[in-house]
Amino acid sequence: MDESLQDLGEHIQSLLSECVKSVDVAYGELCINVERDHVLQVLKFLRDDSSCRFTSLIDICGVDYPERPERFEVVYHLLSMFQNQRIRVVLTTDEDTSVPSACSVYPAANWFEREAFDLYGILFADHPDLRRILTDYGFSGYPLRKDFPTTGYVEVRYDDEQKRVVYEPVKLVQEFRNFDFASPWEGAEYILPGDEKASGDEG
Amino acid sequence: MAENQIRNININFGPQHPAAHGVLRLVLELDGEVVERCDPHIGLLHRGTEKLIESKTYLQAVPYFDRLDYVAPMNQEHAYALAVERLLGIEVPIRGQLIRVLYSEIGRLLSHILNITTQALDVGAMTPVTWGFEQREKMMVFYERACGSRMHAAYVRPGGVHQDLPEQLLQDIYDFCDPCDQALDDIEGLLTENRIFKQRNVDIGIVSQQEAQEWGFSGVMVRGSGLAWDLRRSQPYECYSDLEFDIPIGKNGDCYDRYLVRMEECRQSLKIIKQCIEKMKPGPVSSLDGKIVPPKRAEMKRSMEALIHHFKLYTEGYHVPAGQVYAAVEAPKGEFGVFLVSDGSNKPYRCKIRAPGFAHLQTMDHFCKGYMLADVAAILGSLDIVFGEVDR
Repeated sequence: MDESLQDLGEHIQSLLSECVKSVDVAYGELCINVERDHVLQVLKFLRDDSSCRFTSLIDICGVDYPERPERFEVVYHLLSMFQNQRIRVVLTTDEDTSVPSACSVYPAANWFEREAFDLYGILFADHPDLRRILTDYGFSGYPLRKDFPTTGYVEVRYDDEQKRVVYEPVKLVQEFRNFDFASPWEGAEYILPGDEKASGDEG
Repeated sequence: MAENQIRNININFGPQHPAAHGVLRLVLELDGEVVERCDPHIGLLHRGTEKLIESKTYLQAVPYFDRLDYVAPMNQEHAYALAVERLLGIEVPIRGQLIRVLYSEIGRLLSHILNITTQALDVGAMTPVTWGFEQREKMMVFYERACGSRMHAAYVRPGGVHQDLPEQLLQDIYDFCDPCDQALDDIEGLLTENRIFKQRNVDIGIVSQQEAQEWGFSGVMVRGSGLAWDLRRSQPYECYSDLEFDIPIGKNGDCYDRYLVRMEECRQSLKIIKQCIEKMKPGPVSSLDGKIVPPKRAEMKRSMEALIHHFKLYTEGYHVPAGQVYAAVEAPKGEFGVFLVSDGSNKPYRCKIRAPGFAHLQTMDHFCKGYMLADVAAILGSLDIVFGEVDR
């Protein structure tokens, strides 16, 4: 299985050398990193090339890495029912740079791109209808970004006096608690009292 | 005489419409009774599952999957468990695999019976839903006897399943299969040759093979159009490759063919359930890796090592090697996938849930155009939408 994926990856890279940055196979899955501006060319090739024929777009999603210069990854999952293969296409972008919309290649991309726009604020150029999809009407902010709090900013309730649903800033009886149970010896991020003595800052 | 001004009517179908199968708001633009444009507004059941999972450990994320497609809860857990297992590189013992398959097929039956009967209800047939729910009720009891809960099971966990099944339960599930087959015959007798049912479904919502691929369809939606594509067969997971079952396909890709495919899949599921029970031998139900799977409670009371594992796994959880993985299962509604990004910590960095209903629902505009208002309910019913998974 891995070998055929490797061959397929090499095949793609040899024909699209200027668009594909890297190809790797991990956990039995083929993943290619592509240049953002050439993504449509890559997708068209993957759909039409006789040894690829990735005719189904399974999914498009964003991933947020706030510490990177281009913080978002856009991940496309494609499926070929003819070759019985899957492929993952990855590109990077940031808040302001738009990604060419895949709607012209795969009509199914429409809602998936709307979702990525809604949850991450990733912009897609030439999308026919880039509206919010999952969040509330009039929602602001991009909830799946790592810097968006899980509790959100507003909450709704039915106001009996005004006879309608009103929006208010979120009020928490207790602050959202994110327990960090990671062992202090491996990966815990909090500072243990007394740790500063080790570096000698306290003198 | 002045010309009459003719203009299209806009109506809101839902969010509280019984045929919308949940909280779907369809904004329909009608020319008389013909649909000109159909704009589904979703997200009314959005709970931010993906965001919540990012702040939970891998084990704590399991129950969120029950609440996606709440008609067939264990199939979703299964996809998640497969994704985590692939990252961890652990194997599930054969009994665990058989139990997973057994309950996945019960989930498929639950979902298909619900869909067939409620779709029939949408087009005017009252009785099937009462007959179908009698069978679903029995299967819910099997869920309850396995895990203590009728719907939100949290039973399939990374590494295997939560606990073993009692012998009597397996016997009862086996004994349930034949009467259930009989009940399916009864439902089929009411619907398959029913004149009204056929008038409402035949040649409605036709999906060509080309369209099925362009729109990223999966499951019954592609099989109804004649493509023999089933992940259980083409990319087998668990022990599906050892089981014998047929993949029914439709011919015309209309609502009626999809109904027929679902009906036949129910029968195939019963066949798989029987095979699973026949193959079931005593043995462990989950991986024996103590660093991943928590020890049984009795063991925890006696062994120091088990106690430590128990404590560590229920507080910190296990760390999953960094990497990205996409695992998909053939859920009753189509390909349900989980794209998991791990950064090596005890919590998923990103967990994208690929719900089949989401891809199917976006085609409402494409497939409803030119059909009558009454057909919208029939098409929507045959897409098999559950809002838990569409909105996430």
